Amino acid sequence: MATTDAPKIVTSRLGYDDSHTMARYLATGGYEGLRKALGMHPEAVAAEVDAASLLGRGGAGFPAGRKWSMLRPNDVTYLVVNGDESEPATFKDHLLIERDPHQLVEGTIIAAYALQVNQAFIYLRGEFAFGLERLQQAVNEAYEHGAIGKDIFGSGFSVDLVVHPGAGAYICGEETALLESLEGKRGWPRIKPPYFPAAIGLYGEPTVVNNVETLSNLPWIVLNGGAAFAALGAGRSTGTRLFALSGHVARPGVYETEMVKTTFRDLIYDPAYGGGVRDGNDLKAFIPGGASAPWFGPDKVDLPLGQDEVGEAGSMLGSGSVVVMDATTCMVRAAWRITKFFARESCGQCTPCREGSGWLERILQRIELGAGREQDLDLLLDVSDNISPGLAWPPAQTTICVLGPSIPSSIFSGIRLFRDEFLLHVKEGACPYA
Amino acid sequence: MSHLTPDNLTRAKKLIELYPERRSALIPLCHLVQEQDGWLTEEAMDDIAGLVGVTTAEVRGTASFYDMLHTEPVGRYLVAVCTNIACLLGGATELLEHAEASLGVRSGGTTADGLFTLEEAECLADCDRTVCVQVNHRYVGGQTAESFDALVADLRAGRLDTTVPPHGTLVRVERRVGLEADRAVVAEQRAAAKSARAAREAAVAGSGGSGSG
Repeated sequence: MATTDAPKIVTSRLGYDDSHTMARYLATGGYEGLRKALGMHPEAVAAEVDAASLLGRGGAGFPAGRKWSMLRPNDVTYLVVNGDESEPATFKDHLLIERDPHQLVEGTIIAAYALQVNQAFIYLRGEFAFGLERLQQAVNEAYEHGAIGKDIFGSGFSVDLVVHPGAGAYICGEETALLESLEGKRGWPRIKPPYFPAAIGLYGEPTVVNNVETLSNLPWIVLNGGAAFAALGAGRSTGTRLFALSGHVARPGVYETEMVKTTFRDLIYDPAYGGGVRDGNDLKAFIPGGASAPWFGPDKVDLPLGQDEVGEAGSMLGSGSVVVMDATTCMVRAAWRITKFFARESCGQCTPCREGSGWLERILQRIELGAGREQDLDLLLDVSDNISPGLAWPPAQTTICVLGPSIPSSIFSGIRLFRDEFLLHVKEGACPYA
Repeated sequence: MSHLTPDNLTRAKKLIELYPERRSALIPLCHLVQEQDGWLTEEAMDDIAGLVGVTTAEVRGTASFYDMLHTEPVGRYLVAVCTNIACLLGGATELLEHAEASLGVRSGGTTADGLFTLEEAECLADCDRTVCVQVNHRYVGGQTAESFDALVADLRAGRLDTTVPPHGTLVRVERRVGLEADRAVVAEQRAAAKSARAAREAAVAGSGGSGSG
């Protein structure tokens, strides 16, 4: 069966209408993880996270414990939480922020203690006005409760937590762009190396950047032990994870499932999750991990929801967002819209991304609107290849950050899967779905 | 003479105190100014520049990068219709066309009465309720053509004013406390981290072109 008996780790409170309140949080074991952590040595807390083998839930899937261990004890100056969720079709952090903000606060303070930092920031996407209010309320309450601030729960450990609003820019989800933005600048990704803000982060100081969902797991991991988390899932993909399911599916939503033990078929068709393609239509294609991920056809639907499993099949689990496209979908229009997004959000620093995204968008537009030429398909692939040579996955990179190599994903996978449909637009001089 | 009201100037100074370097308050201060004026006037950008210690050009340079910061006036209600992939599959192209016809403006335009600015938005992260629409960055649920017209009527009549504040008001919950961790201890820890890093860097120096150390 698709549903396993794995516990709900980050969504355990979401059945309550008042899941965001301090009263509900405390009544359901809230801040107990932090109390336990404060009684442990900071390195012992970090060791539990390491034992959990928790992969970062932001998109890149880097092990959270290893991100921490790149820093020497007492060497980290800042902890920054990445709450800039903007990958198209990703809507799971937004849920955690609005519906269980105290869990995020507790996870953040646990991480701050493990890293021994005394100032943490939660960078929240500016468009999350409601989430900003819920989170600020939770932070205010947590200060009053003694869970943030000076001498937390009498432990002698002090840390301040500041909620920082972004102002609308997809690129700020890239961690070095996020730090630039937090410094009051344009969200321009920084040149690598250094590859990690652990070396040079906020104001040039060692900084750890973790995703909202990643840190929301920490209260449970501390209370139940890293081994209990690692016992869930399989291989490198341990624990449970949130999957944001959208598109042509009967029951779109955010579902917490045990990693690897659940497949895309389960997620899309099981009545406990998606409940099938809408109107009983046939599945045409799906995006396994956000707009940056190459598309899969129905032949891949039995792949497990595991980071390496999806990676080996030529795409990525990314931000955990699965977009279902049924038989009525125009794949040219879908690729055009995704490409238009990247063209709009390119920060403009690197030529392949800045120029390439605009060219690709205009070529896709003319194909969709009936003015395309047969050689446009090769042109699309050629421009894409200039952005990410080889058009493989994981992609080769010609740019400072991974926005550039994400642009060709929908184009090359779309043409590989649906070449005839692209050509039909050209031959008929119109979109067959219009 | 500050362009900010005395109350907002106090709030601005409190915001600046939350950051180790005051420039970090630049974006929060832009939001504060938009709460006061609805958009970023030249005078306000001068003020922000003075408060965070950069030039006005740097404030404009940063502000112009971000979709939510407006260097031109916008309507009282900023209506953002998402047309990205999940909403596209839910009929967003058609809804945006309907919204343009219904409000009588193209995407990006503001109605003559200054009430509505219509915007084609990128993914707003509410993809299980398509078509996703935000008004002044507040979710108003999945929208259809019919519900959209009812939404506009409600906004016009002021029936949603408790859930949808005027454009510019981003967060209605203010932070109640300043920083609590002991500043002297914090400064000491930061200095220690800095010197540890300098020591490590000195240990690997000398292999570059200058060969010093």
